Amino acid sequence: MARTAPRPVRWLANTVGLVAFALATFPVYWMVNSSFLDRNQIRNPVPTWVPFGGDLDNFRTVFESGQFLDAMKISLMVTGLTLVVALTFAFVAAVAVSRFRFRGRLSFIVTLLVIQMIPAEGLFISQYKMLETMELLNTVVGLTVVYVAGVLPFTIWTLRGFVEGVPYELEEAAMMDGCTRTQAFFRITFPLLAPGLVATGVFGFIQAWNEFTLALVVMTREDQRTLPLWLSTFTDVNRGTDWGGIMAGSTLIAVPVIVFFLLVQGRMASGLTAGAVKG
Amino acid sequence: MTERTRRTRGTALPYLLIGPAVLALCLALGYPLLRQLVLSFQEFGLAQQFGRPPEWVGLANYRELLTDAYLWRVTARTVTFCLVNAAVTMVLGVGLALVMRAMSTPVRLLTQTGLLLAWAMPVVASLTVWQWLFDTQYGVVNYVLTSMGGDFQGHGWLLRPLSFFFVATVVVVWMSVPFVAFTVYAALTQLPGELLEAAEIDGAGVVQRLRYVILPTIRTVLLVVGLLQIIWDLRVFTQVYILQEAGGSARATNLLGTYIYRLGIGGGDFGTSAAVAVFMLALTVVLTAPYVRSMLRQERTV
Repeated sequence: MARTAPRPVRWLANTVGLVAFALATFPVYWMVNSSFLDRNQIRNPVPTWVPFGGDLDNFRTVFESGQFLDAMKISLMVTGLTLVVALTFAFVAAVAVSRFRFRGRLSFIVTLLVIQMIPAEGLFISQYKMLETMELLNTVVGLTVVYVAGVLPFTIWTLRGFVEGVPYELEEAAMMDGCTRTQAFFRITFPLLAPGLVATGVFGFIQAWNEFTLALVVMTREDQRTLPLWLSTFTDVNRGTDWGGIMAGSTLIAVPVIVFFLLVQGRMASGLTAGAVKG
Repeated sequence: MTERTRRTRGTALPYLLIGPAVLALCLALGYPLLRQLVLSFQEFGLAQQFGRPPEWVGLANYRELLTDAYLWRVTARTVTFCLVNAAVTMVLGVGLALVMRAMSTPVRLLTQTGLLLAWAMPVVASLTVWQWLFDTQYGVVNYVLTSMGGDFQGHGWLLRPLSFFFVATVVVVWMSVPFVAFTVYAALTQLPGELLEAAEIDGAGVVQRLRYVILPTIRTVLLVVGLLQIIWDLRVFTQVYILQEAGGSARATNLLGTYIYRLGIGGGDFGTSAAVAVFMLALTVVLTAPYVRSMLRQERTV
């Protein structure tokens, strides 16, 4: 875009931009700000805009309650397990779809697209019944089973793009030089795919880490809560909400996600329109 | 690409490679889908939960539902909520993308950073913050509105359905605008500058340039993004569920998703809730068909 807008237009556009910036960031700022405030500052009709004189008490409370760490343990286990299984399954499937022509390939791709559109709410009743029968309710494995299915379609779809980005000619050249097909794949293509795998993995991590609906359905017991569940039960109309504590908890959950997201966003941007994921 | 890809008719290798993924999807989605269909034709309530075999009732669940005024109210509410949210998100997102073109570079980068931040926030974390912002007693929103002359001291935002949905819309739109703005802005950067200049020389004003040059060029992107918004906003669950738990009346604010949850897992009536879920899936399929078709068209051109 070589054209620059005339001055009044640009001035107006900049104002809109600043307003948008303020609206987009204020809640995030408010979360971090409130997490440093003590009870009196929180319960003051006049808001404390900047956390001067704030401290880390809220964070201490969060850690000391123990529930946070328990929930984090569950979250880490489910997310880790989901990632390992989903990435492995998705990777081999992506290779098949992008490096081979086979009967049923197109239907497989279409199915992936359709599956991504299925709302979790449309299936969680029977997923609950299924896990109940398998005695997997309130278990890390049970939640992982539904999470893997949740992230697989998107993961396959994105990885396929990355595999296709590595020219097959490279593998052919290696095979000319005496590599077997498998060797050529693992020595040439695989290393080139590493950034793509990392980006897709980070994205899968964010999805599983943030997921709320299925966790609510599968993890009904208090000692099996994931972090989002723990956070959601923190607000309670009847208990007089400890907003400082909640904001500290929110900050702890959000910061890693925001950092990861900013790291991979550029790489994933193109894939986002193709794969439909949203909490 | 097609020429050089290995053609391996008759080899089992590609099937072995997609095998694990297919099995996982069949187990966690395919089987529940079938089971749900079966369930929706059965009487499956608390008695069955305690061991009595489910009773086959044919279409009774559906008949009961389709004649239930409440389901239609929830459906109408869901569709309205979805369309309003999708429309507001699209207008703000596309508007912002257009305005971004006219910003000076530092301001544009700042705006984009802000949008990324909002986009990156985990759903549940952003919900807790928005609840805190709209808090009845100590919320910033009430404070600001009161100091601007309104009477919002101790105003409970979640008590009335309309204002409950206003809060829900604010949260949903806040989270969704960045995706629209970024995608549309990316599409706009593909727009050749000469085209706009030519239109300008021919005497086209801002509105005409927008209408006859800019919008037609990004039509496909707008369609896909708009459709995605509709699909996503049709299945809003977390936002509404958490706001309900925070003090909204569930019955007056249920959308399809929360209705299914409260009917089945909350109330133990699995047969009826499975029927509602099937209904919701059908609604999604109808809305999704054009999206899948457009993605397939892209697939063929890739």
